[in-house]
Amino acid sequence: MIPESRAIQRPPKARLLALDAEGQLRHIRRADFVTLLRSWDLVIANDAATLPASLRGFHVASGGPIEVRLAGWPSAAFHDPRRFHAIVFGAGDYHQLTEDRPPPAVLRPGDRLALGPLSARIEALLGHTRFATLGFDGTPDAIWADLASHGRPIQYAHVQTPLALWDVWTPIAGPPVAFEPPSAGFALDWRSLALMRSRGVRFATLTHAAGISSTGDPELDRLLPFDEPYSIPAATANAVNAVRADGGRVIAIGTTVVRALESAGSGDWIVRGGNGVATGRIGAGTRLRIVDAILTGTHEPGTRHHLLLGAFLGEMSLRQIDAELVDNRYRTHEFGDSLFCARCPFDEWPSIPIARKE
Amino acid sequence: MGKSYNAQREALASLEVPLRVAITGGTAGLGLALVREFRDRGAEVAFVARGRERLEHVARELPGSHAIVGDLARKEDIHPIALQVIGSLGGGVDVLVNNASSLGPVPLALLADTECEELELAVATNLIGPFRLSRALLGALSASARQGRGAVILNVSSDAAINPYPQWGAYGASKAALLHLSRIWDAELIGEGVRVLAVDPGDMNTELHATALPDADPASLKRPETAARELVDAIASALPNGELCGLRPGSDPASPR
Repeated sequence: MIPESRAIQRPPKARLLALDAEGQLRHIRRADFVTLLRSWDLVIANDAATLPASLRGFHVASGGPIEVRLAGWPSAAFHDPRRFHAIVFGAGDYHQLTEDRPPPAVLRPGDRLALGPLSARIEALLGHTRFATLGFDGTPDAIWADLASHGRPIQYAHVQTPLALWDVWTPIAGPPVAFEPPSAGFALDWRSLALMRSRGVRFATLTHAAGISSTGDPELDRLLPFDEPYSIPAATANAVNAVRADGGRVIAIGTTVVRALESAGSGDWIVRGGNGVATGRIGAGTRLRIVDAILTGTHEPGTRHHLLLGAFLGEMSLRQIDAELVDNRYRTHEFGDSLFCARCPFDEWPSIPIARKE
Repeated sequence: MGKSYNAQREALASLEVPLRVAITGGTAGLGLALVREFRDRGAEVAFVARGRERLEHVARELPGSHAIVGDLARKEDIHPIALQVIGSLGGGVDVLVNNASSLGPVPLALLADTECEELELAVATNLIGPFRLSRALLGALSASARQGRGAVILNVSSDAAINPYPQWGAYGASKAALLHLSRIWDAELIGEGVRVLAVDPGDMNTELHATALPDADPASLKRPETAARELVDAIASALPNGELCGLRPGSDPASPR
């Protein structure tokens, strides 16, 4: 697929490949996403705002330049900015491919990092030479102020212009707890929320601290996704538990919503409000208990987001969708086109006919 | 109406977090009085102002409140302000008061004597800044509304938004636009459960007023503390659980103007 290099959340020409629960595949305009929804459906989005999680500075002991990418919360207390898990890179910036970045100086527990106005200490290494828990000096308010002035959104080489927070906050962004944007939510705007309401479609949100998508290190990438804390409001949990009785579907906007809901509903199929931590991976072989369909980006085979789609569809169907996306020159990555995919009621669709609609 | 027992119980549970309030222009006049009034009535308050020194002075005087440096007229400051507002308030915000205002030219000037840049600055501070910050916080505000806490944006208006006072052109035109923006946005956001109010606090004994009309008799002017109490009451009555949202009643109801 073609990486989308322009940082536009809702380009007018954004496209959507939609596979419904009857095994029909259609190409539509993403702006028409709401036409896929039915009365009583419940759409759930992740309202996490994205942190300015890339911090430039240097390793005090060696004087070597570094880029710290905040990558996870050490506990479910995910509004306290004094401690983060982080990946540390050496010299350079996002213009280089992550895998080509040089390593930082050797990091040891107790080492200090000077990150613009921020000062941090390495509390522990997490089983890898450049994956660490950092403790930041200062009060939470002072740390928020310094993150706001010095931090930049994490970005990758396919987007060459520097990103600002307004590029990566979805229209519904609220709590600043995500390390990369829950980008499926870029598709939402306030008009689509009003349209949903007028069609009897319910809308709810949860907050899931979406982690980073790539570390540039195969060993570390194998640990992804890191544990991600989430918070489900009581009103959202109630709506999820009521939707079956009403005959509606639960439609997740993005993979992070699937992670949070399936984690919260893993015990007894009931989703309870409150905080939790999503661990482990969802993929082929995972039995989805809560989510019926997903609106997500167009993910390349091998990425963890693509693996998650294995919980919705069999391997043959996924391959057919991948081919359809490539043949039709869909754009990929966070500012790219979208895929809507309902859970296949069987192991595999025998074949998927394609209806075209413009 | 017809709320189930469970829904009511949850609405109350979600109110255990105190009301979370953001106020711009919070270190002088009405803004400072609003910070104090909200705080006295049990809310958690973040306030924004341009001047670091004064901000830190107020923060020291009001421990537990959250001081944020930022200029509403600067596009680049808006998201950093929003990040700090939501971050310091623990992940959400229920009330935004867009109070920071610019008079335009000082001393006040006839429109024909007003430089275009002076009008631009008044519009940037009084209209576009509130628009940008409200938009950046709308995700958090609408989340509060969905959780049954309600959400209110209050834009501080003026009688100059309605009456064509000579020499108040830059201020009056930008406040008139803010008033109309508030009314349209309130209609558009009804379905989201977010209210957008525009309230004229009256002529108050503040620095802004003294800058505009240095010869006015302060004794003839309203105390900002009185106006702050009225504004907080207006916000409480626009919240679905106004009497429950942790806002205690005002302490001094019969204070003279």
